[in-house]
Amino acid sequence: MKWYIIKRLLQIIPVILGVTIIAFSLIHLAPGDPARTMLGQHATQQEIDQIRAKYGLDKPLYVQYFIWLGNVLHGDLGRSILSHEQVTTEIASRFPNTIELAITAMIFAVLVGVIAGIISATKQYSAADYTVMGVALFGISMPVFWLGIMLMMIFGVFLGWLPIGGRIDLLIPFHRITGLMVLDSIIAGNGTALVSVLLHLILPGIALGTIPMAIIARTTRSSMLEVLRQDFIRTERAKGLSERKVIYKHAIRNAMVPVVTVIGMNFGMLLSGAILTETVFSWPGVGRLVVDSVYARDYPLVIGCILVFALVFVIANLITDLLYTYIDPRIHYD
Amino acid sequence: MVRKRETKTHELIRRFRYNKSAVFGLILILFLVFLAIFAPFIAPHDPTPSPPELGNSLKPGFWSNESIPGYPLGTDMMGRDILSRIIYGSRISLTVGFIAVGIATALGILIGVAAGYYGGWIDNVLMRITDILFAFPSLLLAIVIVAVIGQGLDKAMIAIGIEYSPQMARVMRGSVLYIKEMEYIEAQKAIGSSNTRIIFRHVLPNSLSPVIVYGTLMMAGAILDAAALGFLGLGAQPPSPEWGAMLSESRFYIVSGSWWAATFPGIAIVIAVLGLNLLGDGLRDILDPRLKE
Repeated sequence: MKWYIIKRLLQIIPVILGVTIIAFSLIHLAPGDPARTMLGQHATQQEIDQIRAKYGLDKPLYVQYFIWLGNVLHGDLGRSILSHEQVTTEIASRFPNTIELAITAMIFAVLVGVIAGIISATKQYSAADYTVMGVALFGISMPVFWLGIMLMMIFGVFLGWLPIGGRIDLLIPFHRITGLMVLDSIIAGNGTALVSVLLHLILPGIALGTIPMAIIARTTRSSMLEVLRQDFIRTERAKGLSERKVIYKHAIRNAMVPVVTVIGMNFGMLLSGAILTETVFSWPGVGRLVVDSVYARDYPLVIGCILVFALVFVIANLITDLLYTYIDPRIHYD
Repeated sequence: MVRKRETKTHELIRRFRYNKSAVFGLILILFLVFLAIFAPFIAPHDPTPSPPELGNSLKPGFWSNESIPGYPLGTDMMGRDILSRIIYGSRISLTVGFIAVGIATALGILIGVAAGYYGGWIDNVLMRITDILFAFPSLLLAIVIVAVIGQGLDKAMIAIGIEYSPQMARVMRGSVLYIKEMEYIEAQKAIGSSNTRIIFRHVLPNSLSPVIVYGTLMMAGAILDAAALGFLGLGAQPPSPEWGAMLSESRFYIVSGSWWAATFPGIAIVIAVLGLNLLGDGLRDILDPRLKE
């Protein structure tokens, strides 16, 4: 197990290096002079010369790559062309917003998906089963952004129950500590802010969580059906255990192994979906940032966002793999 | 020999007809294909009239007394007929789906066959490259490519094609690895057939099933992603009647109560994606029982 973890960690290195090569080539594939691309339109000749020297833009390409990589490893991704802020600062201020949204969506997806899947499996071919499977089928066929707009329209505009965008009611005073607004309002003991932040999370969370919810529901159902057919379940029933106990104590635990993998695999989809959900709900996260920066040809910022997304994605996949071995001890890796 | 092949086709058709969801998916897709081909005859209005009829801006459809006759789904903010735009939009979405999956399949077959058939260092290098592409969340990869090659519908197609190519490469590689071990391939090698001949005459035809199954499912994803890029303003540009771009243009008007302009293009996307998902799942059950979940 220990060796497997080390091996998986080592495998990540070439992948991450590959990602940095792709990101680096973006600067050079972008039209125009890379130094100017990094600094923006209003840079002086002196600044451009400085950047040329710093990134060795007169040197061969591979030398430039290693100089750039060295800077990246020191946390220097350059400055945004539009805001002139450090790219790392820009991303750091928005990243917690994306994380909070993704966690909310995942909580929704896992809770609803697993429960719906279990109901579906234990009452196979019932009306409830058909409803869950129908909703799940629509769930995986729906564009995230359309679902977001529909939720916003129904619950925000027509019913007026929930806010249609942003993170918090702007009239509520708020102090940023960690950047995770739920956590910050709890730390500050600010109840009004907490309620407002949670209300703002509901619609984007559901919009983003629906596709993973649908996939988790389908996986839970098929996995439960498979487990319920196995001999040990029949033995439990023959022993006279109540159906409740059979399902809740024995079947679910065994059925969860593939579900955990699916949850991990869906993390990537969640990141893709975050780009769209953040656009719909004017959510100030990294997803919105990457679209805005592509649109503005703000390449340093695009590259920063790409690196962050890829890193999060690769780590999420690694955790999934490791969790999988932990949950199901029968799986051994060499 | 010929008769045997015929019976196999018959058997596949029979199995397809018993698969209700596959038939339903096929009907949905054929319906959209029909709309796309005959759009000029079916659509009641020009999808992009110029000059725009701004007097007709944001009129509701058949459900309301304020509707204009001949505009059953209402009009958008430029006074354009939403139904006609959706009908013309089916041309765009189906084309994008088809071409993007075509690009992904061409690249995927090339990479997958080379990796699976030749193995060794070629396999290693190619699979590490796909690993790197897999490190990007799917839509992000398309966005990155758009950032390099520029915005627009044609570029979005290429970006989405590249986005799905690593998946197709993995599918092909797995399929080739499986077929390579079959005895008849060994027999071909023994009688001295060239690699090219073996690949084109035996390996490729026998890996057709997974390509069809995954190609169909990927087309659903490709249509979704194209709509997403259109929605983000990175794909099809206005005034194109692309479904995602239509949604993006009209979403700000829901606040003033005009819900139809953003609702119907989304339903069109759902129909296309649902149809392809159902068809793909059905084809998987029929063509390749091994892949059944």
